[in-house]
Amino acid sequence: MSTFTGVRGTAWFRAFTGKAAPTPGDPKSVLAADAALGTDHARFLCVVPDPHARFPCARRGEVGLEEAYTLAARVREVIELDKNTAKRPIIAIVDLKSQAYGRREETAAIFLAAAAAADAYGSARLAGHPVIALVVGHAISGGFLTHGYQANRILALDDDGVMIHAMHKEAAARITRRSVEELDKLGKTIAPLSYDVKDYAKLGLLHKLLHVENPETPSVNDILTVKNEVIAAIADARSKPVDLRSRRESPGALQTRKATILVRARLEEQWSEA
Amino acid sequence: MITSRDRTNFLNRRSFLELDARGRAAALFDEGTSRELVGPFDRVESPWLAIQDVTPQEDDGCVVMKGKIAGKAAVVVALEGAFQGGSMGEVSGEKMTAALDLACADSEKGILTSAVILLETGGVRLQEANLGLAAVAEIMASILILRKHAPVICVSAGTVGCFGGMALAAGLSSYIVLTREARLGLNGPEVIEQESGIDEWDSGDRALVFAINGGEQRYAMGLADALVEDDTPQIADAVRGFIAKGLPPIHRSSQVELYRRRIGALDTSRQWDPSELRRAWGTNASEEDKR
Repeated sequence: MSTFTGVRGTAWFRAFTGKAAPTPGDPKSVLAADAALGTDHARFLCVVPDPHARFPCARRGEVGLEEAYTLAARVREVIELDKNTAKRPIIAIVDLKSQAYGRREETAAIFLAAAAAADAYGSARLAGHPVIALVVGHAISGGFLTHGYQANRILALDDDGVMIHAMHKEAAARITRRSVEELDKLGKTIAPLSYDVKDYAKLGLLHKLLHVENPETPSVNDILTVKNEVIAAIADARSKPVDLRSRRESPGALQTRKATILVRARLEEQWSEA
Repeated sequence: MITSRDRTNFLNRRSFLELDARGRAAALFDEGTSRELVGPFDRVESPWLAIQDVTPQEDDGCVVMKGKIAGKAAVVVALEGAFQGGSMGEVSGEKMTAALDLACADSEKGILTSAVILLETGGVRLQEANLGLAAVAEIMASILILRKHAPVICVSAGTVGCFGGMALAAGLSSYIVLTREARLGLNGPEVIEQESGIDEWDSGDRALVFAINGGEQRYAMGLADALVEDDTPQIADAVRGFIAKGLPPIHRSSQVELYRRRIGALDTSRQWDPSELRRAWGTNASEEDKR
């Protein structure tokens, strides 16, 4: 069981860009910078905790209103800058607690803010920017839908501190009326329920699991390994369609997402019948 | 004041809320043009529920129909709120994604095909957890492609509401149609109470959720494009109108600078009365704000 600490995002952002400061005028909870990556100049984005954030329910690494619109603005900036030129890669470094759970957030329509960020990432991908999500810590629920899940390719560190899931374990247990122990046991046989990133990798959604020695304070070797994998993922994304079909055509998906494949085949058959 | 005309209109209404997903979907098409795809007789069920002692349903709570609306090709995907709270699983999710992709493929071939998504859902089905979340991400991706060609119209009539990840799908839609019984938001009241405490949100306060997430409030804030009665012809009319209209000049979810500025202008030291945001963001918002 891994507890969210919020330190990994900053560590990996710094590893890639050499800095960890927000863009002037932006909230401190969003790191954005351009840095060399292979032969590219890539844009890196990360959401980090800011204990002094304006919104009280978004101070511990949650993706709230300001984070979502800032991500959207920083991604759209790149789409605009590269409109008539080579499309730079966009790297979403993911270590976030969740979406923000607050009354202010609902009142001011966080659903639209989250959609705006996903719109920006998805539009960048469709415009030809290779979008890579690098999950170095937690990637939970609406937070991940907002920041990362629209990527062409998802990479994750192979480590106990990495968690990709639809809901925090305690809340999921409560809502499905199970104990946390029962949930862990179910996860061992039912892959989509598991909180273990190795099981997530079986779903076919992940491009690759990356092994590093120290995910919290990456060594020079760790950084080199991950950089090379991100560069390889960018090349792979550039050579393939810009939609998300790889997530259902991967070897893992052929095993685990059989129902997905069946639904699509049947629908395609029947679509053109009349 | 209720006039006798209001009363007659009310009595003559054909309730949409009382229809199930299949009835709702069918009601939107031009007479005699619709047919269901991958229906209950195909028996494509969720493979994940029975192993958890939950009874699956032959259509997985998701109805896909193809036909014509206002004379134009359209696909309707309706979620059944009565099955597992309309939650998104692997099968229901892929039905929606594949339907959107096929509409897109036809549109690219020159047969412009709009999509109407009827969202009554609490979001991701927790018995399918990561495959549900992935399905929502893929639905969102497919909405983004289709809406380059043809409008995606989201209808949430009630009574389940549209919450969780699927609220993002609503947010990406070209047009949103709501009733007063609809609720649209990312996090439901129970989840907020659990995560942030009862002082933040008392989930027992029914009026609060309608004041904030209710269809009337969302429409008044400029976050929905039509507010309709619980009346099937009226809802079908609204959908036809948006299909006839085609794509909006800019999608709401792409108006980043406008909303970013609005969020920046909010006083976050206190909770707001929802009516404040109607005034600040709604159709009567100042011209300066809209610029």
